[in-house]
Amino acid sequence: MDHNQFFDSLASRGISRRGMLRIAGTAAAVAAGSPILQACGFGGAGGQSGGSEADAVTGSFDWRKHEGTTVRLLMNKHPYTDALKANRKEFEERTGINLEVDEFPEANYFDKLTLELQSQQGNYDAFMLGSYMVWQYGPPGYLEDLNPWIQNSSATHAEFDPDDFFPNLLTAGQWNFEKGAPLGGEQQWMLPWGFETNTVAYRKDVFDKLGLRPAETFDELIEVAAAITEKAPAAGFGDMYGIAVRGSKEWATIHPGFMTMYSRMGLTDFDFSGGELVPKMNSPEAVEFTDKWARMVRDSGPSGWTSYTWYQASSDLGAGKAGMLFDADIASYFQNTDTAAEGKIAWYPGPKGPDGSLDTNMWIWSLGMNAASENKEAAWWFLQWATSKEHLQFAATEKQHIDAVRRSIADSSEYKDMLSKHTGFIETFEEVMPHTEIQFTPQTSFFDATTSWAAALQQIYGGDDAASTLDRLASDLDRTVNQ
Amino acid sequence: MMSAPVDSEDRQLSAAQPSLRAAPTVSRRRRAMRPYILVVPAVLLCVGVLYPFVLGVSYTFFDFSATNPEPDFIGFDNFANILSSDAFWNSARVTGLFALAATAVETVLGIGVALLLNRSSLIGRIFERALIAPLMVAPILAAIMWRLFLLPEVGWVSPIAESVGIGNYTGTDSPVGAFAWSVVVDTWIFTPFVAIIALAGLRSLPRSPFEAAAVDGAGWWLTFRRLTLPMIWPYVLVAVIFRLMDNLKMFDVIFGLTTGGPGDATTTLQISAYLDAISYARYSQGLTHMILLWALVFLTLMILVRYLRRVQNRAAGV
Repeated sequence: MDHNQFFDSLASRGISRRGMLRIAGTAAAVAAGSPILQACGFGGAGGQSGGSEADAVTGSFDWRKHEGTTVRLLMNKHPYTDALKANRKEFEERTGINLEVDEFPEANYFDKLTLELQSQQGNYDAFMLGSYMVWQYGPPGYLEDLNPWIQNSSATHAEFDPDDFFPNLLTAGQWNFEKGAPLGGEQQWMLPWGFETNTVAYRKDVFDKLGLRPAETFDELIEVAAAITEKAPAAGFGDMYGIAVRGSKEWATIHPGFMTMYSRMGLTDFDFSGGELVPKMNSPEAVEFTDKWARMVRDSGPSGWTSYTWYQASSDLGAGKAGMLFDADIASYFQNTDTAAEGKIAWYPGPKGPDGSLDTNMWIWSLGMNAASENKEAAWWFLQWATSKEHLQFAATEKQHIDAVRRSIADSSEYKDMLSKHTGFIETFEEVMPHTEIQFTPQTSFFDATTSWAAALQQIYGGDDAASTLDRLASDLDRTVNQ
Repeated sequence: MMSAPVDSEDRQLSAAQPSLRAAPTVSRRRRAMRPYILVVPAVLLCVGVLYPFVLGVSYTFFDFSATNPEPDFIGFDNFANILSSDAFWNSARVTGLFALAATAVETVLGIGVALLLNRSSLIGRIFERALIAPLMVAPILAAIMWRLFLLPEVGWVSPIAESVGIGNYTGTDSPVGAFAWSVVVDTWIFTPFVAIIALAGLRSLPRSPFEAAAVDGAGWWLTFRRLTLPMIWPYVLVAVIFRLMDNLKMFDVIFGLTTGGPGDATTTLQISAYLDAISYARYSQGLTHMILLWALVFLTLMILVRYLRRVQNRAAGV
C-alpha cells in the first residue's frame, strides 16, 4: 500500500488526511511528553528514603579516608567564600580531597542552586544556603539530613563539638516540614557558617554634634531620624538623611530591620489556626507599625528607596549620606573601614518594643549537602572541616568571617581584640544574641509571601492606604500559603 | 557508404535513448517513500520548535513546583487561578499600557528622527552612525545604567530636576514615575530601530510625486501628510509590529529598572511569569502566565500582520 492508498483507506473510514496528522501529532506529543516530564523532575523526587548513608560509616575517624576524591561546591560570591578559598590548601593537605569551587553572584546564586537541586543530578555535593531556603528545598527531599553524620563518631572528628555552635543558629536549620510547626527537631538540614544579626549602626560624630542619643523606642527612632534629616545638613554633614533601610521589591527587604522592629513590637507574620496559616500583617497593630515605618522612610529615608538593597543602604552609611542604618550588623561593620565614615560608626541594639523586647531576626549563611550527591562521605568531610573551630577561627581573625557562629570563637581574645576597635559592636552582639532567632513562621511559600509583603510596603510608602493594602496582601497570602 | 535517411522523430528518439538507458530503475516502494524523505527536514525543524512549546503547555496542566516535584494533573486549575486573580489582570493592564505607550512614542520619535536624518547634511550623516549606539547596548545593561542615572546620590537626573525647580525628585519611587521612566528607557534604546527602518523607507521613495507636489505649491505639512507618511507607512508598520511584539513581552528593561515595582505598578506579564517560575519556583504557574502571554502576542500579531498585508496591497495598487 503506498501513501496515497493509505490515506485513501483512512478517508474511506471517515478519517481525513488532516485528521490523521492531528491524531499522530497528539500521540507523538503525549508519547514524547511523559519521559521528558520525568527527566525534568516529574515523579523524580528523591526524598530521604529511610536510613542515612552516614550509618554505613564505621571504624575510627580518618581525615584521609577519601584521599583522591573531589568535592564540588556551589558557592555565593561572599567574604566567607574568600576566607574558605584562602584556607582551602589546609583542607586539601589534611584530607587529600580536591575542592572544586564554583562561585556565582548573589543575584543569580539561588536561581542556580534551585535548578541544580531540582535536576537531582548531584553535580554539586555541597552549597551555601539560609534557613528560608531549607523551607523550600527541604520538603521535596533535596537536602541531606546532617544529624546522622554529626552523631556518628566514625564519620565526625572528635573536636567537631556541635554544642559549641550558638543553639539558636542550629535550631534555625531544623524543621519537620509540617505546616504550622515551629523550627527545631531532630533533623539538621544545614550547618551554620557565618551570620548576621540586625541592629542599628549610627554616626556617633553626628549624634554628638546634634545632641542626639540612640532611640530607645520605635517612636523615638522616627524622631531621631527626622532630626538628623532636618539638622545634619546645617551642621556640616552635607545632605545627610536620617535612616537607611532596604526598600527594593524582594524578600530581603522585609527580613532585616523591618522584621526585627516588627517582632519587637510583639507582631507576628502568621498565626496557625484550624490547620491553616492565618496572615497577621493586617492586624490593627501591624497596620499601625507598617504605616509608621513607611512614613519614617518617606520623611527621613533616601530618595530612590524602592531600589535600595543592602548594598545601597549600607554604602550610604559609609559614604556619609545616612545618619543611621537598621540592617545586618556586618553590613555596617564593613563600612567602618576605608570609607568616609571610617571609625565614626557605633552600634547599639536599636529600639526596644513596648515591653522591652529585643527580639531580633537574623540571616545565617550555612552549608548544606545535596541529597542527590554521590559523594556524601567526602562532602561531609568537607562540611565538618569548613564549620570546624580551626577553620572558623582562622577565617574570623584573618579574613573577617563574622559574625562567629561558634561560642568559642566569639569569646576568643583574638576575635574580641579585632572587633573592639568598633564602638559598641561586641556589646551590641552580646546583648541581642540571646534574643536573635528566625522571627518568621516557617512555610514553603516564604519567598512569595515576603516579596509580596515588600511590594505592599512600597505601595504604602507611595501613599496607598496601609489598612486596605495590607488587607489585600493578607487575602492573597491566605490563598498562597495554604495551597 | 551512404547513410540511410533518418526522419526527425527517429533522431529525437535516438538522442533520448542513451539517457533513458542511463536512468536508474527506481522501485515503486522507494518512489512512494520519496515525499516522506523530502519532508524530514521540515518535520525535524517543526519538532525542534514545537516540542519545547508543547512541553511547556503540558506543564500548565500540572501543579509542578520546586516544593512539589511529584505533581498531579489538575486540568485547567492553573488557568482558573491566574485568571481569577487581581494580580494577573493588573499585570495584563500594565503590559498593554506599556506596549501601547512605548510603541507609540518610539514610532512618532522614530519617524521624526528619520525625517531629520533624511536631509543629507554632514551632521545628519554623523548622527545616523551615532544613532545605533543605544541599540548595541544590551537592554538589561541599559536599564541598570539608567537606574544609576536616576539614583539621587550618584545620578544626574535628580540634580537636573532640582535645577528646574522639582525638589525632592523621587524618580522611580512613585508608580507614575516608574512607569514613565520604563517607557523613557525603552524609547531611548529602541527609537533608533524605528528610525532606521523609516529612513530606509524614506530613501526608497520615488522623487517624481514630491517634485510634482512642489510644483503645485504644496507645503511641508501637506506633503508629509498626503505623500510621505502614506508612502512610508508599510515600512513603519513593520517596525511597529516588531516593537509592539517586543514590548508586549517586555521583561529586561523594566525588571532592571524597577523590578516590577513600586508595588505592582510596573509588573508586566513576563515579570509575573519570571517571579512565579524562577523566584518562587512554581514552574506550572509561571508557564501558565507565559502561555497566556503567548496567546496575547499571537492574536495581536495575527491582527497586525493582516493589516500590514492590506496596507502593502494598497501601496502596490493591488
